[in-house]
Amino acid sequence: MNYDAGKFDVAVIGAGHAGIEAALAAARLGQRTVMFCINLDSVGNMPCNPSIGGTAKGHLVRELDALGGEMGVAADKTTLQSRMLNLGKGPAVHSLRAQIDRKAYTALMKHTVELQENLILKQAEVVDLTKNKDGWHCITRLGADYTCKTVILATGTFLAGKIFVGEVNYSGGPDGLFAAQGLSAALERLNIPLRRFKTGTPARVLRSSIDFSKLEVQEGDKQIIPFSYRSEKAPENSVVCHISYTGDEVKEVILKNIHRSPLYSGVIEGVGPRYCPSIEDKIMRFADKKRHQLFIEPCGADTEEMYLQGMSSSLPEEVQIAIYHAIPGLENAQIMRNAYAIEYDCVDPIMLNHSLEFKDHKGLYGAGQFNGSSGYEEAAAQGLVAGINAARSNMGLEPLVLSRASSYIGTLIDDLVTKGCSDPYRMMTSRSEYRLLLRQDNADERMMPIGYEIGLIDEKTYMAFLDRKETKEREIYRLRHSTVAPSEKINARLEALGTTPLSTGIKLSELIKRPEVSYFDLAEFDPCRPDLPYEVCCKVETEIKYEGYIARQQAQVEDMLKLEKRKLPRDTDYSLIEGLRLEAREKLDRVRPESIGQASRISGVSPSDVSVLNIWLEKKRREEKQ
Amino acid sequence: MAERTIAAISTPSGEGGIGVIRISGSEAIRIADRVFKSASGKELTALSGYSALFGHVIHNDEIVDEAVATVFLAPKSYTGEDVCELSCHGGGYVTKAVLRAVLSAGATLAQPGEFTKRAFLNGKLDLTEAESVMGLIAAKSREELRLQLAAKMGRTSKEIADIESTLLELSADFAAYSDFPDEDLEELSPENFSRLLKKARQGLEGLISTYDSGRVLREGIKTAIVGKPNVGKSTLMNLLSKEERSIVTDVAGTTRDVIENTVNIGSITLILADTAGIRATEDLVEEVGVRLAKDRIGSSQLTLAVFDCSSPLDADDRDILTLLDPATTLVVLNKSDKGQMVSEADFTDFTTVLISAKQGSGADELEKAIANISGISRLDPAAAVLLSERQRDLATQALSAAVEAENLLNAGYTLDAVGVCVDEALTHLYTLDGKRVTNEVADEVFRRFCVGK
Repeated sequence: MNYDAGKFDVAVIGAGHAGIEAALAAARLGQRTVMFCINLDSVGNMPCNPSIGGTAKGHLVRELDALGGEMGVAADKTTLQSRMLNLGKGPAVHSLRAQIDRKAYTALMKHTVELQENLILKQAEVVDLTKNKDGWHCITRLGADYTCKTVILATGTFLAGKIFVGEVNYSGGPDGLFAAQGLSAALERLNIPLRRFKTGTPARVLRSSIDFSKLEVQEGDKQIIPFSYRSEKAPENSVVCHISYTGDEVKEVILKNIHRSPLYSGVIEGVGPRYCPSIEDKIMRFADKKRHQLFIEPCGADTEEMYLQGMSSSLPEEVQIAIYHAIPGLENAQIMRNAYAIEYDCVDPIMLNHSLEFKDHKGLYGAGQFNGSSGYEEAAAQGLVAGINAARSNMGLEPLVLSRASSYIGTLIDDLVTKGCSDPYRMMTSRSEYRLLLRQDNADERMMPIGYEIGLIDEKTYMAFLDRKETKEREIYRLRHSTVAPSEKINARLEALGTTPLSTGIKLSELIKRPEVSYFDLAEFDPCRPDLPYEVCCKVETEIKYEGYIARQQAQVEDMLKLEKRKLPRDTDYSLIEGLRLEAREKLDRVRPESIGQASRISGVSPSDVSVLNIWLEKKRREEKQ
Repeated sequence: MAERTIAAISTPSGEGGIGVIRISGSEAIRIADRVFKSASGKELTALSGYSALFGHVIHNDEIVDEAVATVFLAPKSYTGEDVCELSCHGGGYVTKAVLRAVLSAGATLAQPGEFTKRAFLNGKLDLTEAESVMGLIAAKSREELRLQLAAKMGRTSKEIADIESTLLELSADFAAYSDFPDEDLEELSPENFSRLLKKARQGLEGLISTYDSGRVLREGIKTAIVGKPNVGKSTLMNLLSKEERSIVTDVAGTTRDVIENTVNIGSITLILADTAGIRATEDLVEEVGVRLAKDRIGSSQLTLAVFDCSSPLDADDRDILTLLDPATTLVVLNKSDKGQMVSEADFTDFTTVLISAKQGSGADELEKAIANISGISRLDPAAAVLLSERQRDLATQALSAAVEAENLLNAGYTLDAVGVCVDEALTHLYTLDGKRVTNEVADEVFRRFCVGK
């Protein structure tokens, strides 16, 4: 028998990176929220790499933070080592990545959730989901019936999870936790078709069993920039990582045992991420590559477990041991947790709106791996948006929809709901056509006004942001209006930097535009320079140096916005529009795009279909005018 | 929602060997059956796609012509609809009579370009092909037709696709380089970046350079006939036009405005402008004409400068010579029948040709000289050619982005800025051939590079 477990505004199923952001955002926006987790010791767990950020993912965390999310704050407090990736490759692709103490992170996240007003955390497995006139019902295995206005599905890899190690496979979630059963069937009863994706993780080995003398060292940055705009103090590096390479011996072991891989023998039906191939996949698909790099990363300050980034595998345990032992430095490695592949249920995200609400199920939202994405950061970003929108829906407000031009979060969601994904979706800088505008250094300028308006950014944080922005603008103005005269000293300096000396006076901003010259190089020739925070200096330099390209992208944004403004009615019957190709008709019917802009990004919709839609829309407009 | 069935003559007007009447739409085969009686007695509606019958077109119980009826069934046809093509004897009268028969059997006359529009809307053509076919409809000469056929066969599309794949390779390189910084990707080298950029840039330049020669064939060469009064400009115009267009008199200054005419000389189309004779004059009306003639030299692609070779060059002749650019001028020495008082030496740097417009001698040499000077003889009709202003515009924008990318790379800018320009070039090209940028770059990265945790 079920019992009535109470009424809630928002229920969040899953307490991983998506669930946490969703629940915290909803609760902070005043919604009475309940969050379910299969095991309370795994709130905010990192079942794969012990790190947060990375290319494009770092951008997501910064944007999330500026909107009022939690991930950046928690990461800063539990950082073991931090690096700004891609320095020297241009400001658009600078990305923050930090090694995280994973146990400290989950403890901190769990505690934050526990302390949050309006939020209740429950250890329970939701096995049924139904809807009646009272709202949605989340029913747990023990018969608790929670009545909720909105539900956010953030089930990660737990949903009908299955573990594969060689010939062995069994039902299971990540990190030895059990899988969520029952919910899949409930979703299918709601006519939500599910599909199988898979991912994998490498082994963890004992630190003392590694021969570090054979390994390259990778240090953290000297000058650390925190993820969060709210972190007052930058984290410090306390660990180093190491690098090794696989060679012929690893290849030999894999080739000899490849038939024992569940992926190659066809036992796994789920689609794995292309960017995250297992070591056997790398060897098979890139046969010419002599060596594959791997990183050895500490899992925490209070553990001797080391993570082997780049070495995920679903080969049998004894083959894994042979592979790892064939790697320099790991000859005697003690494997503490074996590598495995995990297969799970998820949805095709084109069933969702940009608000992450199901098109056909009002009040039901999806976030994270459930939506076909991959990665902690991608999950957290969607969780935040789903949480905000569940709350706004309950409050009768318009959903928050972030455009592609505004953020990587907007790009991520638009990609998912427009194009769908055929393998787990990972954010990449190359997925954004506006990457010179969407830099990690200006995430606050792009997102914080929105976070403030929604109500997740407090007054103090917002004022500090406005202050920072004004300081930056004042400095740019000053550089544009300050002239430096030619002198022997500056010309010697310029020549040393590899650029042409001055023959007449020049604005400081013009000098900074030269690729060889940095803002910092000019300090001694700029006596009126104010003392500014390092981050502001970097931003000033970027905005001056890349001014022309930023303007160029801005122009492209304007073009795109015109198409986004041409709204397509949601109830459009595409089968009645003359001239659309059959494939386009089917795709448009499935995606039901919100605008011509979104329609034009659907694969299978050709430019001629877009012109047909344009003609049709115009015709309709004229008819309505009459 | 049934679209009406359309028909039209789909071969160029004129005295062709074969005239084709194309019928397209859901009723196409049935309509054709009403006017076509096969020799074997078999009905067109009984045919499968890609098959043909020989027989007669009948209208009002009379045989209009012998014809071959070819049936194409949707979607495997030019328009993607059911299509029947009646191939009959060429020549305006016969084809028009067959078309009338088809129209009275239930088809409606196709709007210009409507077949192409349907083909395009049914996904049978990409934008490049569609525009090429649009141009095909208005084809003015054989040469042009050959060019457009080459474009339709995918030559232009192929060249664009080659440039796209170069840019895509670059873009994927940049993406791999910045999205997977910790990977050990030996394939990436700056030398490779500049090599690929250069290749793409040169490809685009080559493509754009085809536009001008394409335009010459597509639209004709703007040609001014100039010279001082009474050297035989109008006679030359008439010789080329094969009709009396300009008023020919012996009174100097007869042509006072600019007279235009489109003429075909062999395979070349000239948009000829006969102008007033250029000389110092006090007649106000004539002076306006003289000024127009001078302007015309500036706005023309080709100038035929006519001189009377039977008398020595005078001051007016020499004045005119100073207005001319040897690269775009053909000096026509007229009145060869009256003797030759000037020589080629009087026209250093210029190409000259000797004719007698009155007697019609030297016409072949004139045509050859025009072909040479206008660059038509250097044009390979099988080469890719950009045909429309829109295509050229997009290719030019792509080039400008590629050049920008190259400059940035050479100036030592970071690759994110270079990459943005490369992506922009790619976007313009995808717009040109009607493809979409969806996940091409990411797909290319994963295909080529071994990246990931």
